[in-house]
Amino acid sequence: MNGTDPSPSELAEFRAEVAAWLEQHKPADPGFLLPQTFMEVGSDQQLEFLREWQHKLWSAGYLGVHWPSEYGGRGMHAAFQHEVDRELRRQRTPITFNVIGLGWAGPLILDIGTDQQKALYIKGILSAEDIWCQGFSEPDHGSDLGNAQTRAVRDGDDYVINGSKIWTTMGNYARYMILLARTDPSAERKYDGLSFFLSPMEARGIETRPIQKITGEYGFTETFFTDARIPASCLIGGEGNGWRVAMQTLQYERGAAAGAAGGLPQVRISVSDLIDDIRHLRRDGQPLLEDPVVRDRLVELIMEEKALGLADRRTGLPGLNTDYPLSLPLSFKLRASEYQRRMRQYGLELQGGLGSLYVGDEQAVAGGFWQRAYFNNFATTIGGGTSQIQANIIGEQVLGLPKS
Amino acid sequence: MPMNNMQMVFGDEQGMLLDSARAFCRDRSTMPAVRALLPSAQGFDPQVWQQMAALGWLGVAVAEDFGGSGLGISSAVPLVECMGKHLLTTPFIDTTLVARVLQQAAGSDLSQRYLPDIVGGQIASLALLESEDWGDPAIGVTATPAKSGLQLSGAKTQVAYAEVAELFLVSVMYQGVARLLVVPTAAVPSAAVSRQTCIDETRRCARVDFSGVSVGMENLLPGDADSTLREVMLLGALLYAAEAAGSAAACMDLTAEYLKTRHQFGRPIGSYQALKHPMVEVLVAMENARSFVYHAASLVNEATPDRDAESACRMAKAQASEALKFAGDRAVQFHGGMGFTYECDAQLYIRRAQWSQQVFGDAYHHRKRLASLLLDS
Ligand SMILES: Cc1cc2nc3c(=O)[nH]c(=O)nc-3n(C[C@H](O)[C@H](O)[C@H](O)COP(=O)(O)OP(=O)(O)OC[C@H]3O[C@@H](n4cnc5c(N)ncnc54)[C@H](O)[C@@H]3O)c2cc1C
Repeated sequence: MNGTDPSPSELAEFRAEVAAWLEQHKPADPGFLLPQTFMEVGSDQQLEFLREWQHKLWSAGYLGVHWPSEYGGRGMHAAFQHEVDRELRRQRTPITFNVIGLGWAGPLILDIGTDQQKALYIKGILSAEDIWCQGFSEPDHGSDLGNAQTRAVRDGDDYVINGSKIWTTMGNYARYMILLARTDPSAERKYDGLSFFLSPMEARGIETRPIQKITGEYGFTETFFTDARIPASCLIGGEGNGWRVAMQTLQYERGAAAGAAGGLPQVRISVSDLIDDIRHLRRDGQPLLEDPVVRDRLVELIMEEKALGLADRRTGLPGLNTDYPLSLPLSFKLRASEYQRRMRQYGLELQGGLGSLYVGDEQAVAGGFWQRAYFNNFATTIGGGTSQIQANIIGEQVLGLPKS
Repeated sequence: MPMNNMQMVFGDEQGMLLDSARAFCRDRSTMPAVRALLPSAQGFDPQVWQQMAALGWLGVAVAEDFGGSGLGISSAVPLVECMGKHLLTTPFIDTTLVARVLQQAAGSDLSQRYLPDIVGGQIASLALLESEDWGDPAIGVTATPAKSGLQLSGAKTQVAYAEVAELFLVSVMYQGVARLLVVPTAAVPSAAVSRQTCIDETRRCARVDFSGVSVGMENLLPGDADSTLREVMLLGALLYAAEAAGSAAACMDLTAEYLKTRHQFGRPIGSYQALKHPMVEVLVAMENARSFVYHAASLVNEATPDRDAESACRMAKAQASEALKFAGDRAVQFHGGMGFTYECDAQLYIRRAQWSQQVFGDAYHHRKRLASLLLDS
């Protein structure tokens, strides 16, 4: 946070300026499919388009508004960035796709990095010159992240890395990776043997292999390390502290901690979009929206979406959260991602026979938007810690239940 | 679309009210005290009721002119949530609703006659329901002009605390129009009040047969009652939703505590995800209910509820009903054999859940009306 809270009129003025700029500069429909989240950047064409858009937004002064000016931000109050973010949502712009940099690595480096690391990395994150990826999950260790086995061995001024990571979003486009690796395999607790690196992806011995996704598109890779050498200055948070740093990173990722540069990490999809798209469809010879069971289910979904917005609002009123203070922030990811899954799944069910068509079919409702959106949503119920893992965390930390 | 209204306010005044409500309910409504009242005739402690009056709680919906605090009905919400959390059950909700109606719709003569007494602790109750159907707009009780005013015919059911109330606010048909009528209980013979057996044993209610009762013309509230009835149905839904949200939280805490202490197979049973994960669902359902309740409370104060306020009250009741129903059901199951006993407090919540979900309309009742508000644009 910088300075005192801005006045509503200052914010409104800023918002109007952003709105006007966006009206004029937001990109037109490129004529090819754009990613709904940063986890779906699967083609060079998409990448270049999104890189150019993020660069333009940052150049105009609308990304990382509250990040320090010496590193490419503007040193303003975070409330100004929130205004930008809301306007991006409202005007339905393309996403700001460098999310691992903007949302997780960036705030982490600003919070605990050295001045040298800040100078080296932050500006490139904002400008989209440097794309970031995350090397946490391994083929044999996903939810059990603390058991990661990729090795990092100190050798003079370098660390030598061996092993493999998987599900690396944008692994084939990234310049840097936040990497969790094992520096001390003999540590008594598995967590204590881990260290956290800001690793270059261009080092010799690092290779990526794209993996095709459920949608048929691309977006993540398997990443192999074979005697890859990275400078020891890439270490962040100190050797042996990797688990603590990784947990801090996940707080940003799950929306439980502030600090992100802002932007639009994913296209906002609302049940009201769904209602618009299916309004013309029929069931049993009647308009779909006259079916009482359909109506009831839609109202449940509308309520669930509204409850998410109200919970956000409530988070800002601490007096209403005194009895379970961690409950809303820790459950944000679970509530939002599971709601979207149910809502999008219903979006297919409502289409009747048209629900069996897919993207590419001329008759598919909204071009197969809901089909693609439903499948893609599993990225949010699996990635960043699965819903089941989130439920463990909430049960243990909010309700005080014993560990599983 | 009412979906976009996210208003929620919580000021210092409400914070202070909440703090004092917390302390009061914790002290006055311990579990042994709740248990001791279950078999009692009245169902509540008259001393506690008088203390609530002394704290000014019965006057939140009443203007200063009539002895109230003029804080507004929304201030009753944190009070009721606290009462729900501690199962402190009194005629508070119904009395507050009657006070609100008199304040808004009665005109100054009736208000002057009844409101100051209500603020001072006189119990008032709503007599609206006639059958199992909370959604039935028809009114069967009639008021016909007679020599000395109005003569009533017909009965109401589930009238809260009817045996101790001093006045009823009754919906009647008068010359073909729905009207509201103040009936002092002095005008109702005691044989006309027959106690009903509530599934939630912390409450009391009765069937009241108004046939043959006569009251003065001046007890008729002015004007058509349709909009007042609509409003009181929404506010009743909101207050019972706030109470249910509080009870759901208490029920969740009770179960979580058991899951930490009870061991089987050498582990605390709360370490099993088959129990842990549903508890998280209870938490989320309860928190969502609270969010709707606070949102609705921010929209209902003075004016008659607009579309946004209506939608918020309905969402609050629909969500809170489901949350408490789920919490109570899981509480019994997760206590095992102990959960099947009368001694286990889980029974208090599962019983309350069945009462709460029906009063002022169940979840489906409200979602059905929300569908019209939200989908038929
Ligand atoms: C689209 C997408 C993008 C991703 N991007 C990245 C990325 O950029 N970088 C990165 O490092 N990772 C990324 N991931 C990986 C993601 O973090 C892991 O997939 C996730 O943590 C789960 O690990 P897993 O796949 O090994 O599944 P597993 O851990 O094997 O889980 C399998 C199933 O078992 C359940 N399960 C496991 N343990 C428990 C438990 N203790 N209690 C209850 N249930 C349990 C899980 O919920 C799941 O349903 C991405 C994943 C997806 C889908």
